[in-house]
Amino acid sequence: MEITPELYKDMTDGSAPKSKSYINIPLAFLIGGGICLIGEILLNLFEYFGLEQEEAGSWTSVILVFTSALLTGLGWYEKIARHAGAGTLVPITGFANGVTAPAIEARTEGWILGVGAKIFTIAGPVILYGTAASVVYGIFLQIFKFFMK
Amino acid sequence: MLEYLWAFIIGGAICAVGQILIDFTKLTPARILTGFVVAGVLLSALGLYKPLIEFAGGGATVPLTGFGHLLAEGIRKAVDEKGWLGILSGGLTASSAGITAAMLFGLAAAAIFKPKDK
Repeated sequence: MEITPELYKDMTDGSAPKSKSYINIPLAFLIGGGICLIGEILLNLFEYFGLEQEEAGSWTSVILVFTSALLTGLGWYEKIARHAGAGTLVPITGFANGVTAPAIEARTEGWILGVGAKIFTIAGPVILYGTAASVVYGIFLQIFKFFMK
Repeated sequence: MLEYLWAFIIGGAICAVGQILIDFTKLTPARILTGFVVAGVLLSALGLYKPLIEFAGGGATVPLTGFGHLLAEGIRKAVDEKGWLGILSGGLTASSAGITAAMLFGLAAAAIFKPKDK
């Protein structure tokens, strides 16, 4: 029997686990919201100890990134992520997980082209296109400024 | 106390949008993260993200859209102060702490932890 692309799609659609959106979406909401709540508590804590809003934001990111890297190393982040889906992906902890997990996996491939390159598997596109978008915005701003003078 | 509630609700809602994209499109996690950062830049450029942060605090800064906002805000400030050069320096300057922390802790984790069997 010849396997056409359509037939292959029918076969794989049946065997792939059905994700239940009515469970996935509320779970992502709860766990993602929980991580943001922790972020808000950290922000207020840093501001309470006299940091400016901008610095408090940076320190909050650093603490969240550190915690995520540690939990990823211990293998706990994956366990939470299995249930939380986008709830653990979309917050900055998900970005840190995307940096740490491939770096750990790539150890066997060496420190330069293994860890050094694979650490940017997720971070690379995020930083590249984020920066590119902000540069486009900057060009608009600069041109606007030029004509407003 | 209300600010904590809004941080939870708005942050949760932004993550729920991500989950809807995962469930109903074929977008991979890497594409979703990239999309969220670019969306954050766009929303910030349109002036929509700052009010959201004033309203929801960590609920808006912790998701990756907040990272995009940080890039846009850095550009805004740098273009104001340095003009053309600011276009190149503003984004990464504003986000450098988060990016460096992620690289550093990621590298440290790779040195300390062994890969797990899947």
